[in-house]
Amino acid sequence: MAEKTVQPFRETDEQKQALSQIIERNKVQPGALLPILHEAQEVYGYLPIEVQQRVADGLGISLSEVYGVATFYSRFSLTPKGKHRISVCLGTACYVKGADKILAEVEKKLGIKSGECTDDGLFSIDSCRCVGACGLAPVMMIDEEVYGKLTPAMVDKILDKYIKEEGESK
Amino acid sequence: MTIEELNKIKADHQQLVMVRKVIKEQGEELAKQTGYRKQVLVCGGTGCTSSGSKKVLAALEESLKENGIENEILVVRTGCFGLCSLGPIMIVYPEGSFYSQATPEGVKRIVKEHLVEGNVVKDLLYQETVHADGSILALSETPFYKNQLRIALRNCGVIDPENIEEYIAVDGYQALAKALTTMTPDDVIKEVLDSGLRGRGGGGFPTGRKWMFAKASQGDVKYVACNADEGDPGAFMDRSILEGDPQCIIEAMAIAGYAIGANHGFVYVRAEYPIAVERLRIAIDQARERGFLGKNIFGSGFDFDMEIRLGAGAFVCGEETALMTSIEGNRGEPRPRPPFPAVKGLFGKPTVLNNVETYANIAQIILNGSGWYASMGTETSKGTKVFALGGKINNVGLVEVPMGTTLRTIIEEIGGGVPNGKKFKAAQTGGPSGGCIPAEYIDTPIDYDSLIAIGSMMGSGGMIILDEDTCMVDIAKFYLEFTVDESCGKCTPCRIGTRKLLQYLEKITEGKGEPKDLQEIEDLATHMQKSSLCALGQTAPNPILSTMKFFKDEYIAHIEDKTCPAGVCKSLIKYEIVPDKCKGCTLCARNCPVGAISGTVKNPHVIDSDKCIKCGVCMSNCKFGAIVTK
Repeated sequence: MAEKTVQPFRETDEQKQALSQIIERNKVQPGALLPILHEAQEVYGYLPIEVQQRVADGLGISLSEVYGVATFYSRFSLTPKGKHRISVCLGTACYVKGADKILAEVEKKLGIKSGECTDDGLFSIDSCRCVGACGLAPVMMIDEEVYGKLTPAMVDKILDKYIKEEGESK
Repeated sequence: MTIEELNKIKADHQQLVMVRKVIKEQGEELAKQTGYRKQVLVCGGTGCTSSGSKKVLAALEESLKENGIENEILVVRTGCFGLCSLGPIMIVYPEGSFYSQATPEGVKRIVKEHLVEGNVVKDLLYQETVHADGSILALSETPFYKNQLRIALRNCGVIDPENIEEYIAVDGYQALAKALTTMTPDDVIKEVLDSGLRGRGGGGFPTGRKWMFAKASQGDVKYVACNADEGDPGAFMDRSILEGDPQCIIEAMAIAGYAIGANHGFVYVRAEYPIAVERLRIAIDQARERGFLGKNIFGSGFDFDMEIRLGAGAFVCGEETALMTSIEGNRGEPRPRPPFPAVKGLFGKPTVLNNVETYANIAQIILNGSGWYASMGTETSKGTKVFALGGKINNVGLVEVPMGTTLRTIIEEIGGGVPNGKKFKAAQTGGPSGGCIPAEYIDTPIDYDSLIAIGSMMGSGGMIILDEDTCMVDIAKFYLEFTVDESCGKCTPCRIGTRKLLQYLEKITEGKGEPKDLQEIEDLATHMQKSSLCALGQTAPNPILSTMKFFKDEYIAHIEDKTCPAGVCKSLIKYEIVPDKCKGCTLCARNCPVGAISGTVKNPHVIDSDKCIKCGVCMSNCKFGAIVTK
């Protein structure tokens, strides 16, 4: 398999400043690491190693400790996500209603697997365990929008809408 | 805040909320005194938000203005009503008209025809509330609600969760006032102990005993914690309580703090629940403003405050020691017990950790007494239990029933049965730690002990209904995939054991199973139950063991006959066209991605099983039910 290209780390001055503030504001409370990582990911969209290093320096702990926590929790990502984050629910209620077919359709349509991001950086796919909208099973989320009672044919149409919008904005 | 002030707020807002809680005639009388002719409640829970309740709410407000009645009608955004599959849900009081699957267009009609002209829009009502003769049933009389008893969910779908005054109007903070000003910590603990309340997170440990141990522990600092890391995929009762009635959790945690001598609380909640987190945040701010959190609460000298900590997507953090390790800012790995949290918990201090639903019962127990609570339920399981009903069932949603209610009542009456005329096969309870209850046990009264006796467990209350199209080996495999993903890796029996169990199931579902596998699975499962560090590993084999116990014939069919009786496991099935049913419409042939279907117009088609990749597209496209799996 071809080696995945690693995106070079870039940040704006605002991001850099926001991170310093997040560390300063949180570091006095006990158990500060998780709240800091949550907020840092909001700012950067993911947790690159450079950000983890700065969190480690700010808290006076080792990078390996930060890395250990960042990789333990599925909500933290060490790689950038797509502009549109697609999350297919594989919770039990969705599974018994055919969520595997929904995920397969999304993967087929975008030509990437769950956990990956398209080369143009527009879409990334993840599976998740239960967004709590079991009444609408099977569901997927695109960014903050929830799509429920899905069929593979609907997935196709929904994704077409996003792809079309992106094409027009180019 | 004094008790007099509390009672004044209650008196000022009581009528407004009572309009929603009494019968229509009384409600009409009350409504006259409130300044609002009618009230419209719109569900703002996650389920209804996902199906578009924000648009419905916006359309409602716009339409009220267009008709110039925005000052006569009170609009309230509430938490979950329970009937999530029929969302967005909207209720008009005092009549109690229950509109389901509301749309912006429908809302305009409701405003004009119902709110302006006074005629209920019958065709938009939840059809179960409309009789054949045209008369309309009260919501509480419908099969879905009639068999329920709502204690933990008492305020969900009734009050505005972002308005503390509405909570106070329904006896909010009366229990805290009573505890702080008239009871000793020991009185509080005794009341909870005598009520028979057991932990609703799954373990079922008596809550009062937990509190007793924590009070008896020596420590300058103690903590109260709330487990809102609802990880069981398919369970959403904790989320609904936090979204619909967050104040009741704050009140209960303050009561727990008083009982054990703690002044600080933590709520550990999933980051995947943004609406719940936001409402809880608002609720904490409002409680602080009013003095229900802070120093010297009700002049009693007792101080209590709390904060929210977000989970980050790790199922194991629902385990109590792992949850506390996570709050401390570490990898959420469990630690050996003893010492138990009541002795050495958060930051090494004595800690009481209860689940959201457990806390939701506390204020009612303090107000109404342990005798009242203990009068409900069964011998060993008191009170009620909330279930998140999902899967192959007509009324998907949240239900609360007295302990001891039978599965039949839940499925056939409340749940409205299995859709599409399919046969009920099993109910899965307890999620990845639980098991399947087969159809022959449908009359089992549900409580902690009866479920354990048949190889399942209560768990947090997820209940997934499975029909005849579900393969039980495949379901077991689904749960093992989950536990393999979520095993934290700290102890070997769980880390290696779950993976090994999954390999057996993959082998069996691929048609490569051998008869000796079943015995080897049982042996491995026993070792995992005995030697895993925490409940995740100890209970991970349950989904396999319970399906092997009740559906052994399915395992044997996979292993010996190399068939999947439910037609699910891809390697073991073949798609075929029934010639008598095929009309030759060519739809399947046109949709087949690999060109495996051949035939001419108006003549029966044939599937070439060598080419077929078993994607199932033909079957889902066929309008005549002519394609079957064998």
